Amino acid sequence: CFYVIRTPERNSLFEAEYRRFALKMSGICGFQEFYRLLQTVHHIPGVEVLLGYADIQGDLLPINNDDNFYKALSSANPLLRIIIQKRDVDEPVVFATNSLQRRKKGLAGLRPAQQKSKPGLMIGLPQDFRQISSIIDVDILPETHRRVRLHKHGTHKPLGFYIRDGVSMRVTPQGVEKVPGVFISRLVRGGLAESTGLLGVNDEILEVNGIDVAGKSLDQVTDMMVANSHNLIVTVKPANQRNNVVPRASRVSAGGNSSSGSVGSAFSHDSAPSTASQSVSHHSNSNSVAEGDSDEDGDGDLIIETDSLPPYLPHRCVSNGNGSHRESPLSSSLGQRPLPQSMSLSMTTPTHNCSPTKTSSSQESMREDGNIITL
Amino acid sequence: MMKFRFRRQGNDPQREKIKQELFAFNKTVEHGFPHQPCALAFDPQLQLMAIGTKSGAIKIYGSPGVEFTGLHRDAAAVAQIHFLQGQGRLLSLLDDNTLHLWELGGASRDRGGAKSEGVVYLEEKRNYSLLGRPGLESCSASRVTVLLLLSSCDLLCVGTEGGGIHFLDLPRLSLRDNQSLLLDQVIIPEDYRCGKSLGPVESLQEHPKQPGKILIGYSRGLVVLWDLSTRNAEHMFLGKQQLESLVWERSGSSFVSSHSDGGYSVWAVASGNTYTHQPVSSSIPYVVLYSGGMPRASYGDRHCVTIQQDKQHVTLDFTSRVIDFFTVHTTDPEHDYDDPKALVVLLEEELVVIDLLTTGWPSVPPPYLAPLHSSAITTSCHLDNVPAKLWDRLAAAGNNQGAQPGSWPICGGKNLAPPPRQQELLLTGHEDGTVRFWNVSAVAMTPLYKLSTANVFHTDCDPNDDPLDPTNDPEALQEEEWPPFRKVGCFDPYSDDPRLGIQKISLCKYSCRLVVAGTAGQVIVLGLSDEWSDHTVDVSTVDLLQDREGFTWKGHDRLEPRASPAPFPPGFQPLVLVQALPPASVTSVMLHAEWNLVAFGTSHGFGLFDYHRRTAVLARCTLHPNDSLAMEGPLSRVKSLKKSLRQSFRRIRKSRVSGKKRPIPTPTSKIQEANAALADQEEVAPVQRRIEPRSADDSLSGVVRCLCFADTYLRDGTHHGPTLWAGTNSGSVYAYALEVPGVGTGRGRPGGEGSGCVEAVLGKEIQLMHRAPVVSVCVLDGRGKPLPEPYQASLDLATAPDMTNPHSVLIASEEQLKVFSLPKVGAKTKFKLTAHEGCRVRRVAMVTVCSTAQEDYSETSLVCLTNLGDLHLFNVPALRPQVRYDCIRKEDISGIASCVFTRNGQGFYLISPSEYQRFSLSAKVITEPLCTVELERPLETHIRSLLHTNTSGNTHSSLLETHTLLAVPGGDYNRTWPRSPTPLEGYLQPPTYHPETRPSIAHKDLRHDTTQGAGANPDRKITSVTQPTQVTHPSQGRYESAPVSQ
Repeated sequence: CFYVIRTPERNSLFEAEYRRFALKMSGICGFQEFYRLLQTVHHIPGVEVLLGYADIQGDLLPINNDDNFYKALSSANPLLRIIIQKRDVDEPVVFATNSLQRRKKGLAGLRPAQQKSKPGLMIGLPQDFRQISSIIDVDILPETHRRVRLHKHGTHKPLGFYIRDGVSMRVTPQGVEKVPGVFISRLVRGGLAESTGLLGVNDEILEVNGIDVAGKSLDQVTDMMVANSHNLIVTVKPANQRNNVVPRASRVSAGGNSSSGSVGSAFSHDSAPSTASQSVSHHSNSNSVAEGDSDEDGDGDLIIETDSLPPYLPHRCVSNGNGSHRESPLSSSLGQRPLPQSMSLSMTTPTHNCSPTKTSSSQESMREDGNIITL
Repeated sequence: MMKFRFRRQGNDPQREKIKQELFAFNKTVEHGFPHQPCALAFDPQLQLMAIGTKSGAIKIYGSPGVEFTGLHRDAAAVAQIHFLQGQGRLLSLLDDNTLHLWELGGASRDRGGAKSEGVVYLEEKRNYSLLGRPGLESCSASRVTVLLLLSSCDLLCVGTEGGGIHFLDLPRLSLRDNQSLLLDQVIIPEDYRCGKSLGPVESLQEHPKQPGKILIGYSRGLVVLWDLSTRNAEHMFLGKQQLESLVWERSGSSFVSSHSDGGYSVWAVASGNTYTHQPVSSSIPYVVLYSGGMPRASYGDRHCVTIQQDKQHVTLDFTSRVIDFFTVHTTDPEHDYDDPKALVVLLEEELVVIDLLTTGWPSVPPPYLAPLHSSAITTSCHLDNVPAKLWDRLAAAGNNQGAQPGSWPICGGKNLAPPPRQQELLLTGHEDGTVRFWNVSAVAMTPLYKLSTANVFHTDCDPNDDPLDPTNDPEALQEEEWPPFRKVGCFDPYSDDPRLGIQKISLCKYSCRLVVAGTAGQVIVLGLSDEWSDHTVDVSTVDLLQDREGFTWKGHDRLEPRASPAPFPPGFQPLVLVQALPPASVTSVMLHAEWNLVAFGTSHGFGLFDYHRRTAVLARCTLHPNDSLAMEGPLSRVKSLKKSLRQSFRRIRKSRVSGKKRPIPTPTSKIQEANAALADQEEVAPVQRRIEPRSADDSLSGVVRCLCFADTYLRDGTHHGPTLWAGTNSGSVYAYALEVPGVGTGRGRPGGEGSGCVEAVLGKEIQLMHRAPVVSVCVLDGRGKPLPEPYQASLDLATAPDMTNPHSVLIASEEQLKVFSLPKVGAKTKFKLTAHEGCRVRRVAMVTVCSTAQEDYSETSLVCLTNLGDLHLFNVPALRPQVRYDCIRKEDISGIASCVFTRNGQGFYLISPSEYQRFSLSAKVITEPLCTVELERPLETHIRSLLHTNTSGNTHSSLLETHTLLAVPGGDYNRTWPRSPTPLEGYLQPPTYHPETRPSIAHKDLRHDTTQGAGANPDRKITSVTQPTQVTHPSQGRYESAPVSQ
């Protein structure tokens, strides 16, 4: 079965149409055929649309050729969520990591309220790739700093970098001062950090997910990074200062607030919730970072509800064969009775299930959710 | 960035005030035995004992509960301590040659809002450091060797390495200018001098009857009786033997000197005679106490103090080095003899007190200063509100073990602390398989009862040969041996079998059921009994690897259970032994006595055992298939250790080389140096840390870190029942629904025998995404309070849990705290500690803290101790940070690992192998010493001015110093000594000397009173003398005084 969401008008956000329909797997043999089928089903023949699907990780990925169409089919279990969007010339659609659930990421919220403006220059974004890193918050950071987000989620590459203690020079009112700092000491070949090209050896680490590392030991910073490793945002002062991203606004005027040169914000500027959050005051936004941060990774915890858990049996007969148990010498019963393992639970379950109990409604709803619930 | 975390709860002044009324951090008292003691003093008037340590701490003890602590600013070792008797002041001499004056004063310190009247504290008043005279004395010449406090307590005589003696006024510590007695002022016959220096001042003793006179002993052997007022040498004793120490007889008519050859001499002090060349007598008619003096060849490695009185002769054989000793004796100056009541021996690892009034000289169990580390502490567990029933039975069992509280001879001071509100018990598990029960209700931590689990197993050692038993009767060990050794003390760091070590303890205080689990996978369920019992312990094994193939355990074997029935003394007696297989160390254990269940976990999985029916209910393997390390047993870290060792050796070698060679810098050598430095930099790479998320196959991921029983809603929201929760090292939590016959909704309590089997069914599995080890699981009731302990609800001892509103479960991992709803597990609140602070959770506990302002107001908080040694308190279930305190140094890993919390907001952690630091998080519940001492001086005395003194060194190479001698029974004076006069081999004596310790004499009918034991063998190597030890002992031999032969 496919579950289809169609968004005919991308500007009127709430005019979405949901369709759920079944499809024979073998019935469709290629992307073009499927594309036409959707146009038919939704009664939008001739309208240019973009197709996307939600993969297991919750990422929105594109369907635009046979290969990724088959990939999408294979990931359907059993439902496949497909999102159809009208192709818009002005606004390229971006398929980003977790873009389904998390529109607004990173520390962009730190920036004071500002109105969005359309980017003057449109560079086509790669639509067929999964995003693995980004430079964010360019417009609120000093030019010498860089805030990099590494999306570990969903890739199998190791993060692949090491950090060390070091000495950093700071300009203070008293003059130049040497202060201890934490630096990137090594990039692992083929690792995520190296492949982004955004981090380099000897870059000084200033913040980890918005938290200043000044005064923290190497071990503390290590622990902070590991704890955030699935969605790591490091603010660094690159050793090589020649490739700094310069926010366009700052070139115009220091007070200019119309920047949208930030790559990070470009990704998300089409989502209404993020707009809302951007317009909130600075403080509550920093709050929302801490909080939002916490919200997002509840997803990770995997809860397995064992279906075989017997419902509560109000009148299970207690005296079942207890006589024999009691008479048997204690020592003989040791080690002879097979111990129930989680695997062998099915053995005991049927007896419970066949007992005449009414299944409570909560039990039912639990079943419907399936075995694995991601929060 | 902290600001936005704490901003959230706002700066609500109301809330801030409540927090202040609830929380306050105080380190309150140190329990146990001071680490590395090195000085001892006693004030017989105030009955206070002082101990100085290598770290510069001074601790004063009196009657149980009376304790004062002071810490020198510089962490130098305390070399000597002397009380200004009766004044509540004491002088300390540190290793760095500084003198410090301490005072017990009534400074008011506010704590917990309640200010106690008359409470005194120990404070440093002033210090003084001796300066060498430029040009006259070298630095070492001004090192202090001995101190003498005159009995009038207004003058301090300081003997130095250079032979000079300086005088300081007390208590101002001011030098009396121009009164110093230097070597050149002592006029001695030329033929004696022989052009050599007299050497350092070795001993200073005040004349017992004539206050203005002191006896000065120089290292070379000269002894001078000096009159302070006339500044004149009244009498000289031209000894030729290297001197160790001097002691007066009480009448002042003779004194005894001890010498480096192990002998001692008695000198008569006759008037009119200026020079004496020969000692008068060489027999020792008294009771003598001395340490050392053992023939070195045979007993050189023993630590002994010998007591001799008439025919009685006991050599106390200790397990650690003797630091010093004193006797508790009469202070009446009119008395002819000292009449010692007790001998107090300070050893490196414990304090031993011998009752000298009772025949047989038994040892008295100390009510404090217990050597916690008699075997290394491996785990601990705290219980509060111990019911009187359990307490009394434990105390009775403890009394059977010889822990009767005897009459404690040191009884100064008065404890002003209110009596404890409740009885608190601290259980410590030890490496040798014992569990010790301590009374920690008050300041003095007193041993209550000791349980040994070794007798459950068949071990190599004979169980009857228990060296830990302090009640060994003296006869048993003496046999034919001479000298008659007697083992004393309980410090025994050697474990018979490391597998016996206790890893986890769980005790139910209502049902008196105890579970202890050890290093070899043994889980022992014990019950309390008041009678001796002779039974075989049931054994059952639980294979935690049941369905896993291809794993071979390479670690240690399981312990062999004892085949024959063993006699078990009253106290906790083993009922069942559950053996986990493979026999890996038990990492977690939990007892639910109401359900008769015990759950245990190892690095391989966890099991559930019904000890009532003696059947295993469940075994669950938690191993990850890729985890090979788990199979290798405790040695799995060898490889990395080897590597790091190699690296550090390399570094040491390198630094040594560079330190030795100092080549003259030439252009080429400079280049070489620079190259070498470069090479160094390259080779010793800076410390790096890899940033990588944890993966599922990290090693030891299957270790079960915590277990928890709870009566809660796991199946559905309407029916609650028994559940078992287990959390692992890799962030997995398993929740099992238990079917316990007779327990559950709608059923009464089991009417007697439970029938049917307990069953366990897996209900939920939670995998935390960050995969950090799960440190604790705790189920909260509908009000967000932790569920009560077993029996508490059914016996109406606690408020019944709220079962009407939905429950939740708090899961604390090393990185995050999270509360999930039940029965449908959904995240409710969380706090990501590591992501915010960069610290990891080491210990967590739920504590209930009462308010100081409102009697009935209390809050339940979650307290976390992190790897940085700080404490974070969170409210529950909102998990908002409340307060944070620094508690333990982050380098102190064993301190952090040993931390245990009490339910009322206190805690303990080890600050040394032998000491617990007690601390309090609660503003209300504080256990700290509050005591007073009756002093002769008014408490407010303030004397100002600091003064100087000169002194000389502490490091002389004396051989021995005798200390205390006791009287001999009158009459039969000509006793013969057992054997021929072999030269004694002495123990070297350190330079301590104790002016306040007098020779003590027992029994009134003695004629003489003092003597010194002596005895180092001159032809033996003399070991250096840095530690204060006492006395040597005339070993084997007819006793002949070792006179100073020419």
